[in-house]
Amino acid sequence: MESINTTNEKNAVLQLKDVSVSYSPGKYAVKQVSADIFPHTITAIMGPSGCGKSTLLRAINRMHDLYAHIHTSGEIILKGRNVLEMEPMVVRRMAGMVFQQPNPFPTMSIYDNVLAGYSLNGIRLNRKEKEEIVEQSLKSVSLWEEVKDVMNKRGSFLSGGQQQRLCIARTLALKPEVLLMDEPTSALDPISTNKIEELLLELKQQFTIIIVTHNMSQAARISDNSMFMYLGELVEHGNTTQMFTKPRHKRTEEYLTGVFG
Amino acid sequence: MNQITPISFKSRKAKDKTMFFLVCLFSSLAMVPLFFIIWDVISKGYKNFNLRLFTEVTPSSMDALMATMNGDPIPGGILNGITGSLLIVGLAILFSIPLGLFIGIYLSDNRGKKFARIVSYLTDLLQGMPSIVIGIIAYAWVVKPLGGYSALAGSVALSIMMLPMIVRSTEETMKMLPNAYKEAGLALGASYTNVVFKILLPSGFGGIFTGILLAISRVMGETAPLMLTALGASVVNWKVMEPTSAIPLLIWDFYNDPNLVDLIWSSSLLLLIVIFLLNWIAKIVARKWKV
Repeated sequence: MESINTTNEKNAVLQLKDVSVSYSPGKYAVKQVSADIFPHTITAIMGPSGCGKSTLLRAINRMHDLYAHIHTSGEIILKGRNVLEMEPMVVRRMAGMVFQQPNPFPTMSIYDNVLAGYSLNGIRLNRKEKEEIVEQSLKSVSLWEEVKDVMNKRGSFLSGGQQQRLCIARTLALKPEVLLMDEPTSALDPISTNKIEELLLELKQQFTIIIVTHNMSQAARISDNSMFMYLGELVEHGNTTQMFTKPRHKRTEEYLTGVFG
Repeated sequence: MNQITPISFKSRKAKDKTMFFLVCLFSSLAMVPLFFIIWDVISKGYKNFNLRLFTEVTPSSMDALMATMNGDPIPGGILNGITGSLLIVGLAILFSIPLGLFIGIYLSDNRGKKFARIVSYLTDLLQGMPSIVIGIIAYAWVVKPLGGYSALAGSVALSIMMLPMIVRSTEETMKMLPNAYKEAGLALGASYTNVVFKILLPSGFGGIFTGILLAISRVMGETAPLMLTALGASVVNWKVMEPTSAIPLLIWDFYNDPNLVDLIWSSSLLLLIVIFLLNWIAKIVARKWKV
């Protein structure tokens, strides 16, 4: 794979070096992917179903540890430390994840959902700290005005789009280094999708975002850089505008023009 | 292609109607004994179903005989049985809930593993174990080594009986919870323990609690294992190491004593009411805290 990046490699917040993921011995879902991710950018990972894009994303925050048969190799350097050699619990606080289906914790109020990262990690906060974090996190996902009077209602009381923004707020509350999003809008209606996309463009001022998406136009709309994966391999990685206008690989071109996908 | 003629259509409809009628008929027939049981217990039990039942211990056979001869109601109640049932079942809950929760969580999280399959199979086996056998086991494990019948031995027997029900309800409830909750919790950097105790168990509270209530209502009426373990007592006993009575044990005693026979019905009525209440609460809880 080739990649053109004008930025100095040392600035990368996240570096993937020969990352491979196998579900069973000899069968690789992700094959030797290398890429640098730079701060305050949105990187879209695209590709047809089963190409390994979610698998790659889930390797970054060690979600594969939950399943004994999945094996990850290579190096994933997050802020200078190899994620694969770190304590998964620490990694996951540094690399927050938002899932495809909005999944606020059903027994917790909206307020407690935002603070879930702290309560689940046994971090004690005083009332003032809690209120600050909740307000700040909800404001950063533009949910504050909508929910500030119903803080004690269950998270499931909100609409799908609001629930997803609550989940983003819950992740942001822990102030992660990177935000990993696994098709965060595919379960949402177009209006909610639009809101989340606008939100991501604002959030990249503070965070680095990697988003897996099925939706090519979404990738074109919001991402700075794009990665195109096919059959577990990273085919092309580079500036989104360039990839959409002048893809360097035939596969990428075929995918983007709808020849397959 | 076969054409559906109006005639064949008609005969089909007739068949369906007959089938439906039979289903309804047999369902109602099955209800008949239940209604008779309830009717019998209420009509024979209400006479002695009074405050005394809850405030006084079992009368002696002689007192009961004298009272009956004078045409008075039987003096005394089943306070010793009520307190005994509370003590024995209460202790059994303390033993079986933590154990049942842990086994259930283990089974739901390790489906397909060899050890999990063995545990699961043994749980099924335990579910079908005759209660008298469990009573004998508790006798051999607890009564013998401790040198006497006790409430503790009774609660060990009952907790073994409750265990499979709590395991199953926990396992089934946990399986129903979307994997997304677990992943979302872990993705926030939480430990597995915290995810289980702060997300999964609270989310599955309704199902698990319902299972516990049904398990309690099932062992509430158990007699055979208690005969071999708690034995019975004619006084109120709160000491776990002493022989203790229970409502079903008293019913058995009353059956064996012609002078006390009338108390069978009021005791049964009480037991029936308790079990009905437990089932009713279980329904409400299940509906309110749906997964």
